[in-house]
Amino acid sequence: MGTITLEKVTKSFGDVQVIPPLDLEINDGEFVVFVGPSGCGKSTLLRLIAGLEDVTSGEIRIDGRNATEVPPARRGLAMVFQSYALYPHMSVRKNIAFPLRMAKMDKAEQDRRVENAARVLNLSNYLDRRPGQLSGGQRQRVAIGRAIVREPAAFLFDEPLSNLDAALRVGMRMEISELHSQLETTMIYVTHDQVEAMTMADKIVVLQAGNIEQVGSPLELYHRPRNTFVAGFIGSPKMNLMSGAEADKYDATTVGVRPEHIDVTPDGPWQGRVGVAEHLGSDTFIHVHETGLAETLTVRQTGDISVRHGDMIRLTPRQDEMHRFGADGLRLE
Amino acid sequence: MATAHSRAAARIMIAPATVLLLGWMLIPLCMTLYYSFQRYRLLTPDNRGWVGFRNYERFLTNPAFQDALINTLLLVLGVLVITVVLGVLLAILLDQPMFGQGIVRILVIAPFFVMPTVSALVWKNMFMNPVNGLFAYAFEAVGLQPYDFLSQAPLASIIGIVAWQWLPFATLILLTAIQSLNSEQMEAAEMDGAGPIQRFIYITLPHLGRAITVVILIQTIFLLSIFAEILVTTNGGPGTASTNLTYLVYAESLLSFDVGEGSAGGVVAIILANIVAIFLMRMIGKNLDA
Ligand SMILES: Nc1ncnc2c1ncn2[C@@H]1O[C@H](COP(=O)(O)OP(=O)(O)OP(=O)(O)O)[C@@H](O)[C@H]1O
Ligand SMILES: [Mg+2]
Repeated sequence: MGTITLEKVTKSFGDVQVIPPLDLEINDGEFVVFVGPSGCGKSTLLRLIAGLEDVTSGEIRIDGRNATEVPPARRGLAMVFQSYALYPHMSVRKNIAFPLRMAKMDKAEQDRRVENAARVLNLSNYLDRRPGQLSGGQRQRVAIGRAIVREPAAFLFDEPLSNLDAALRVGMRMEISELHSQLETTMIYVTHDQVEAMTMADKIVVLQAGNIEQVGSPLELYHRPRNTFVAGFIGSPKMNLMSGAEADKYDATTVGVRPEHIDVTPDGPWQGRVGVAEHLGSDTFIHVHETGLAETLTVRQTGDISVRHGDMIRLTPRQDEMHRFGADGLRLE
Repeated sequence: MATAHSRAAARIMIAPATVLLLGWMLIPLCMTLYYSFQRYRLLTPDNRGWVGFRNYERFLTNPAFQDALINTLLLVLGVLVITVVLGVLLAILLDQPMFGQGIVRILVIAPFFVMPTVSALVWKNMFMNPVNGLFAYAFEAVGLQPYDFLSQAPLASIIGIVAWQWLPFATLILLTAIQSLNSEQMEAAEMDGAGPIQRFIYITLPHLGRAITVVILIQTIFLLSIFAEILVTTNGGPGTASTNLTYLVYAESLLSFDVGEGSAGGVVAIILANIVAIFLMRMIGKNLDA
């Protein structure tokens, strides 16, 4: 079991309200990702759920029971920290067994669970090393191991992959997804990495300044962003947002179109001068200036297109992929 | 900085300081060794000559020697235990956010700035004096007989005074160590179900291991040679109840005017200090490895 409900939860540090009243429902077994710009309150929200910070007002329910006043250890949640927070003077085995030892579980059961976790996480050969003798990815796995042996109701991850290099990050991303489908336990995952959010989540929660801007599946957010913030935040490279004359044509205050939904054509309605063209091999991102629509338009094309700095090109947006937003920034249907 | 040229330059640069330091330490050491094998009493200064190990024999068979040895070790051990235990507790206390933290920290550190002679005199006359001392007043206020600390429990009193002086040092070093503890580690332990006492035992104490080692090593060096506090409070007495090795050497060489036996005592003290150092490094030195 692992349903978590937040009801009108707020958090203030002194006079500064970091989380304004916030409601959120997390279902059992879901993989929920919190994304948002730096400083928007993702970690704070996670720490409120963990119980490491007290809520200023509101209620947190775990499995239907009010957990607002319950100390962290008794909430049945396990957390993986950004810095891993391994105990440096204990061996990997002792690190992983620590929560079990605190729970006074009997030794045989402890060993069984530790061996189990080590096998799942490919740590069996490292059990007698200290954390200082492990690589970043291995430390990360130890931290996850320490979380899974407790068999918690939900896992909380705070940017667990941000200290790893790109290749390792891809690997660990898949391992965590794999782990989720094996364990079928609720996971809440904080990141500001788009790709992590899109690939791992069942449900993405987009935050800005402590407010929930939108909750939905990755594709829902991609295809139907609720407002201009989500439209600009989800998707890489960012959606092109335009206001003024072009928006008026669509009877909206702002219109947006994603780079992948603009084609380079000989007779398109828009034209502009090529600035930087980023050739990634599989794709080319062309930054187009002097279009009269926005400062820069980003266009995504296949890798083999040949455009050069300073070329004039014409562009055609796909009409059925235009997003319209009203004066209040909300999506117009 | 590791070319042959830069290494040679570095050696030349530090040579004067090294020579000066060597002279500073080696000459007195050699003189002490020399006198320890000589008959040299200040009352009969002309009657000098080589006496072999006779000075050592006399110093080691002196009934005061065994007392002094035990007192020295008790003094070191007692002060270490008090300063480390109280130091850890104080450091944890001072690490908590509280009102007037800066001032409290300065107050805690203050005793370290008081000279040993002065603080021992203050303790002797203002606190422990059986007639005028604050403790005497306190005892009388609750209807008890005033206790003459320095004559009833001289060694314990001196341990108390010295511990009071060294507590700030221990606290300071342990405080900086506590401040370097990663707070996420504490939070992780909290989520893992460790209560405050378990967090202290499993997280804080191991983290403090290296700092405690440093405190023990440095303090031991200084505590082996405590002298001023004994001189101004008890003069090593009553009898030899508060005489340590340093004080015994002083008593032999300057009170009995026997430079030879005093020098032999000095050499014995050096050997003892080295034995203690070897034991310490064996026991806790591994904490210093990263
Ligand atoms: N202990 C604290 N005291 C005061 N303000 C705090 C405290 N912790 C966080 N804040 C503030 O709360 C806001 C949210 O911080 P939080 O750490 O939750 O951001 P975040 O979304 O996790 O950012 P990042 O992606 O950079 O980790 C920030 O503006 C921060 O300055
Ligand atoms: Mg954060």
